[in-house]
Amino acid sequence: MDEVIFDLAQKKVSELNAYLHHDAPGKGRHKITVVNPDGAHNIAVGLDAPLEVDIIGHAGYYAGGMNKRASVVIKGSAGTGVGENMMSGTVHVQGFASNGAGASAHGGLLIIDGDAGLRCGISLKGGDIVVGGSVGSFSAFMAQAGRMVICGDAGDALGDSLYEAVLYVKGNIKSLGADARIETMSEADHAAVAELLQQAGLNHATGDFRRIASKRELYHWNADANQEY
Amino acid sequence: MQTKPLSLEESYGYDRKTLDYIRKAAAHGLYEIRGMGAKRKLPNFDDLVFLGASMSRYALEGYREKCVTRTLLGTRYAKKPVELEIPITIAGMSFGALSANVKEALGRAATEVGTSTTTGDGGMTPEERQSSKTLVYQCLPSRYGFNPDDVRRADAIEVVIGQGAKPGGGGMLLGQKVSARVAGMRTLPAGVDQRSACRHPDWTGPDDLAIKIQELREMTDWEKPIYVKVGATRTFNDVKLAVHSGADVVVVDGMQGGTAATQTCFIEHIGIPTLAALRQAVEALEDLDMKGKVQLIISGGIRSGPDVAKALAMGADAVAIGQGVMIALGCNGDTYRQKGQNISAVADYNALGAAPGYCHHCHTGQCPVGITTQDEILEQRLEPAVGAKHLKNYLKTLNMELTTIARACGKQNVHHLEKEDLVALTLEAAAMANVPLAGTNWVPGRGGGI
Repeated sequence: MDEVIFDLAQKKVSELNAYLHHDAPGKGRHKITVVNPDGAHNIAVGLDAPLEVDIIGHAGYYAGGMNKRASVVIKGSAGTGVGENMMSGTVHVQGFASNGAGASAHGGLLIIDGDAGLRCGISLKGGDIVVGGSVGSFSAFMAQAGRMVICGDAGDALGDSLYEAVLYVKGNIKSLGADARIETMSEADHAAVAELLQQAGLNHATGDFRRIASKRELYHWNADANQEY
Repeated sequence: MQTKPLSLEESYGYDRKTLDYIRKAAAHGLYEIRGMGAKRKLPNFDDLVFLGASMSRYALEGYREKCVTRTLLGTRYAKKPVELEIPITIAGMSFGALSANVKEALGRAATEVGTSTTTGDGGMTPEERQSSKTLVYQCLPSRYGFNPDDVRRADAIEVVIGQGAKPGGGGMLLGQKVSARVAGMRTLPAGVDQRSACRHPDWTGPDDLAIKIQELREMTDWEKPIYVKVGATRTFNDVKLAVHSGADVVVVDGMQGGTAATQTCFIEHIGIPTLAALRQAVEALEDLDMKGKVQLIISGGIRSGPDVAKALAMGADAVAIGQGVMIALGCNGDTYRQKGQNISAVADYNALGAAPGYCHHCHTGQCPVGITTQDEILEQRLEPAVGAKHLKNYLKTLNMELTTIARACGKQNVHHLEKEDLVALTLEAAAMANVPLAGTNWVPGRGGGI
């Protein structure tokens, strides 16, 4: 497969993104490799084509943000908001991810091999997230739809104000957020976890995971839950 | 037997309104949620008047001399700034809060008069994109329905930090209005009382916002203007921080701004009046030497052509209107027009415990005139063509009043109106707007002779 190399020590992020938006989609299948990212923000945002983008090194904020169809691999760690609001495709962080990873993702798959910071999967709207390590506090806050698999531990207030998203956690949960509860794993849950782990290239026994979903007690205004609003 | 006369002295601190509030709280254990804006009396643009031309200024002839209203927004960084025929825009209001028919009517009218309309929480509907020549797409904390395709389809993007009716608060849409279509757009179960976050999910603070704005620019190839909207509170600092974050346009929404559903305690007690906010916003831009480089849109209780003219004279580049637009469509009217007939809506107002002219029941979804509803029957009460005609008339009237006033002040361009054209009728307005009290040179806090 042909490869195009973008050296961000020589070119601007804007040039890279313009290439990915306008030139790359018409060039047929080829790999775009980004070298020397050095934590630059907004690498490969707003893609809308089945591109393959490898970022060799650490990325700053919003890498792969609002992705559609593309496969973005970060061979390093990612800053805040990696894969935020993605619609489809995959974003794979081979290191660690900072805060708000996969925030409001509507679709696609975000894989984080290491740990994720605060608010991972906040406002999730249908995307899938697999975290090989642990997630910080307030992860999946107000998550509406989609699935999160957390192979490590979860911080405080996991799944606070959940809607219909479902979380699977293998490790310890420091605390659950408002309206979240642990539920029994069904066969469908085991299958879902197995499928997501397989897509992420991770190997864990699905029986080690617990399912967290919404109690649905805050779906309608509740005078007895005044501190939950 | 002699009876003792009744004492009907009402308590100032515990008047009937306060008693009613306490009784409702005691009965329900929940705060009141309602629509529209602050109902309390606030200093506003009525407290300012223009000093028309006379011996010291040269007036323009109304029928012969043109007065320019063209307005450019987003000239700081955007490759394609928004160009409007008039400086009067339509404020962000969601599909969900409003029916699809209303969103279409807004787009049609805005397009006919050459201005922009704005999406709201919940995303962009095909109807409003199709009907709006210039559409501003909001990026809100909830990100309900936020879609990169719509970002690319938009003409400008407005990052909403806050709203004048509820600075610091998130949105609400009660279950009655979360129809199947609304729920689908927002990825929610139908019928839930929808809460929106009050903070964005992927950034915290102005330094983060600067990067977020760059992301939006990168994904749109730096073409589209980025607006930042704040609810009016610490406006001087907030506007400076919005500019620091890279905004092309700052939108400041004063506390008279409306809402479809918010706690009454927010609406009436949080935020500062539009008049005060506008003065602070302009001073912030001047302090940064960014006046004219970053455009300012003011909203919150702009009702008339004189309001628009005063806002521009104080330093705004444009205004945004929400409640006035709804009233032009028929909100709070005693009839609605359907299939060529005027039909009374009074009984439906009464069923809500309201009456024409007093209604703020947008949150119920039972709008008697079919504006703030998702009900399939009620929404038919606002026909897009009828609504668009009335709204077009309203916007045209405002613009005519604006140009008439500008000419009277000797201005060939409405953007040449200036603070020096204004005086205040009250001490409060003089202090807030930083203009002299009428008949004096005295500006509270700045000195000058009485």
